[in-house]
Amino acid sequence: MTTAREEGLVTCRTCARVWPGMAEACGRCGARLSSRDALSLQRVWAWWIAGVACYIPANLYPMLVTETLTSRSESTIIGGAIDIAKHGDLGIALIVLIASVFIPVVKFIAIAYLGLSVKLRSQQTPVGRMHLFEVIEFIGRWSMIDVFVVAILSALVQLSVVASIQPGPAALAFALSVIFTMFSAKSFDPRLIWDYLPTRAGSRAP
Amino acid sequence: MTVTSDVPRADLIGCPNCDLLHRAKPIAEGERAVCQRCHTVLIAPRAAAYSRALALSVANLILVTAAVFHPFLEIHAAGIVNRVSLLDVATSFGTGALVVVTVTSVAMILLVPLLRALLLAYALTPLALQHRAYTGARWAFRVAQELKPWAMTEIFVIGCAVALVKVAGLARLNFGPAFWMFIALSAFVILVDRSLCTWSIWSALDEAEKKPRRQPARRVRQ
Ligand SMILES: [Zn+2]
Repeated sequence: MTTAREEGLVTCRTCARVWPGMAEACGRCGARLSSRDALSLQRVWAWWIAGVACYIPANLYPMLVTETLTSRSESTIIGGAIDIAKHGDLGIALIVLIASVFIPVVKFIAIAYLGLSVKLRSQQTPVGRMHLFEVIEFIGRWSMIDVFVVAILSALVQLSVVASIQPGPAALAFALSVIFTMFSAKSFDPRLIWDYLPTRAGSRAP
Repeated sequence: MTVTSDVPRADLIGCPNCDLLHRAKPIAEGERAVCQRCHTVLIAPRAAAYSRALALSVANLILVTAAVFHPFLEIHAAGIVNRVSLLDVATSFGTGALVVVTVTSVAMILLVPLLRALLLAYALTPLALQHRAYTGARWAFRVAQELKPWAMTEIFVIGCAVALVKVAGLARLNFGPAFWMFIALSAFVILVDRSLCTWSIWSALDEAEKKPRRQPARRVRQ
């Protein structure tokens, strides 16, 4: 077992074609090539910090501002989920909590863990970390649910004076947090997980 | 499976996730070739993948366009009716900094899925019809794949379900035709993505560019 880099080649991460190590762009699909992106981890951390920083106001400020004839109420992400649960729709409340709280927090922790494990040249569970990375990439987008809910409600509930719903500032902070975290995960080069592991004969049980 | 330097480069696959080199071998439809080290799926050809993906891309195009102009949701409360289209929903973040959210929502719900469908149709049509690849087909396919995570049709559908529950106590809701189109659309998007084997399409594009044009081919690959 040898890697492309050990053979002096570089793999295109878009189309899996290999090229001589000095090639800068893939001759087949045109993607930019890098054997290993030296700045990968720096970019991961920069987007990660931006994502975490936006996640804090996203939870403190209101996501929705509801006005009816008699009242005006503001609800945060967690407050909104609790309201739904009080109505008896536990399943929906759970979807909101998973998409808006559980997934983002797990994502922050998981990316940090991957970044640190590469930095510390961890030899442990490379396949597990690869899967973790793939899961993160897959589930990250689902956090946008709450932003879309706010969009739907504020378009729909405009019933003159009877009731209206407006988006709160948390919608922006939350959307940015999701996008930054997606960039953070995208910046991570999973090949880094494998670089410190032996690939040559004897590294695997036959 | 050993990889040595004397294998022509074109016969090698590098694992995009762990960089391990493999020799590309044609495999049967429905089978999968996975990376020996990290188990990433490298090749997974499917029968009639191009024509199916093409059909679905065209269906996507029609559905997105139709869904934008038809009523999406309708709300009744205290004698007032409010009917909104998908575009209304995507542009509902009115003022100030929230415009950023509007732009991203329109892009994620409408523009990116539409653009992906167009690019895929452009790249895959010649493959399905066994013609020579169009100029820029490679670029179109690469961009379509890069846009994949940013097309959030199916997430928006779940968002609709949540919104319905939230508004249930306040008013009565009706679904418009565009709502059902959008449900169909998200199912299509998932089907398109499942039927795409990246490696097979890149190889097919390689082959399709070798086919002669009407004028003698001037360009020689590599
Ligand atoms: Zn691999």
